[in-house]
Amino acid sequence: MSTNIADYVRTTLVRRGRWGIGEIAFWLIAAATLYFLPERHLILNEIVIIGLFALSLDLILGYAGIVSLGHAAFFGLGAYTAGILARDGLTDPLLGLAAAAIAAAILGFVTSFLVLRGSDLTKLMVTLGVALVLGEIANQASWLTGGADGLQGIAMGPILGLFEFDIFGTTAYAYSLTVTFLLFIIARRIVVSPYGLSLRSIRDNPLKARAVGIPVNRRLVAVYTLAAAYAGVAGALLAQTTQFVSLDVLAFHRSADVMLVLVIGGVGYLYGGLIGAIVFKVLQDVISAWTPQYWQFWIGLILVIIVLAGRERLTERVRTFWKGMAGRTAKTLPKTSAREV
Amino acid sequence: MTIALETKGLVKRFGGLQATDNVSFKLEQGARHALIGPNGAGKTTFINLLTGVIKPTAGQIFLEGQEITGLRPELRVQRGLARTFQINQLFPAMTPLETIGLAVSERTGGGRDWWRVTGSKREIIDEIVEIAQRFRLIDVLDERTSNLAYGKQRLLEIAVAFACRPRVLLLDEPAAGVPEAERHELLATVAALPRDVSVLLIEHDMDLVFSFADRISVLVNGALFTEGTVEQVSTDPRVRAVYLGESVDE
Repeated sequence: MSTNIADYVRTTLVRRGRWGIGEIAFWLIAAATLYFLPERHLILNEIVIIGLFALSLDLILGYAGIVSLGHAAFFGLGAYTAGILARDGLTDPLLGLAAAAIAAAILGFVTSFLVLRGSDLTKLMVTLGVALVLGEIANQASWLTGGADGLQGIAMGPILGLFEFDIFGTTAYAYSLTVTFLLFIIARRIVVSPYGLSLRSIRDNPLKARAVGIPVNRRLVAVYTLAAAYAGVAGALLAQTTQFVSLDVLAFHRSADVMLVLVIGGVGYLYGGLIGAIVFKVLQDVISAWTPQYWQFWIGLILVIIVLAGRERLTERVRTFWKGMAGRTAKTLPKTSAREV
Repeated sequence: MTIALETKGLVKRFGGLQATDNVSFKLEQGARHALIGPNGAGKTTFINLLTGVIKPTAGQIFLEGQEITGLRPELRVQRGLARTFQINQLFPAMTPLETIGLAVSERTGGGRDWWRVTGSKREIIDEIVEIAQRFRLIDVLDERTSNLAYGKQRLLEIAVAFACRPRVLLLDEPAAGVPEAERHELLATVAALPRDVSVLLIEHDMDLVFSFADRISVLVNGALFTEGTVEQVSTDPRVRAVYLGESVDE
């Protein structure tokens, strides 16, 4: 009797760690685009980078409940770190990536102590402020960053000494996709771990989390630092694959766009950032081809609809429909947390 | 008798209000001790001081002889002082299984573990099962907490505190708001808590106090008014006077 229950408990808990068919298909399709959509590799590269950036925001917003309007600070720092290293002769991409991750992580760790105090409004303002400060520093320190002219003269070496970047963006896309996939696996592992569970509990009820003995602040500092490193890697990927960095990487609209992307795709859902990035870029592409001056109007409208109608409700309807179609699989679907991965 | 939890001259002032007035209190090892008092007597403030949610203006708190006055709340929990809340404080989007699993993982030091899938450790599973059985939550383990019946939510509230393996458990009105039909299950579970856990029960419900506690302390206007066995306190005319409308033997 009791062993049956133990088995049930174990399988129910471990279930969340398993890869679903949909997930495997997602990554297989992503890999397949390397062969089947060669003319789209430049934009796909951009999508993957935005997706990774949104994934990073999701780690703090979706899983730990930390709101941020200045996530571009880490993205931009990562981009400049990788860009400046490459310009000054350290052209190995992976080395640049690691340096960007470390630089962004350090900034994340230090600023986490400012961010973690106060209400959501305080957090929004502090994160916004940090990004603005960094943007102005990059603007003023033109001897280092190129200032408003942008950072020029970036020449990347081949990845692992083997793969040269090409003008079609194929190597770039493969590189960004691989890095994103690896970081995704780590993030996925984290969110189903006891540590990830503790983050969700902090997000849902910090008072109770403390009453269970969770060192709330330490956990949040850790995830904020990690998310900063992720954002730094995303920024570094952009710098390395486009071989250019401008003040734009630290601009407010970067932070706002990534929030938008995440909301479109779904907060607290690891694929949300990636799906949101695809939808966002495709929409931007389609709408701006149709009406180049007003595409932001439509993006804005879609955002309002998504938030008001509740993405949860929209996806829930699709899921119910799907369940109805699938019929027999309905029973095996978990009642909760299915989309917590 | 060893002392599980002790306060010495505990004072808390909010501006001009003396919410806790020089309270020196002892909870004996294995005790079933009730803390009662009229509304506004400072019971919740006292609990918040014990658990470290607020800092005392003066005085000291000891857990099993060691001073914990300045310790952060989560460290007190790790030392063995757990509480339940008067109003459910749960994780609405999580399942009871995840909630209990979380508490057990944290206590066994697995909370920092970011590479292991939750539920892959045998001892944790066994403990979850044991707690779920003790608190009659087996049937609802995989439900969303926000969908549970209120009585089950109350049970989960206690189960989570219990999963922290407390030496001292503070129960803040465990039966508050539980409908009659679900009360029995809850009271039976509370009564069956193991004796090596010392329990301080904060309660309005006199039936529960008299059936559960072997000692009662009465708090009035932030100060300890009287203390004694159930019999002493229940027959004390001054206690009746304090409760006025709220007749003690009702």
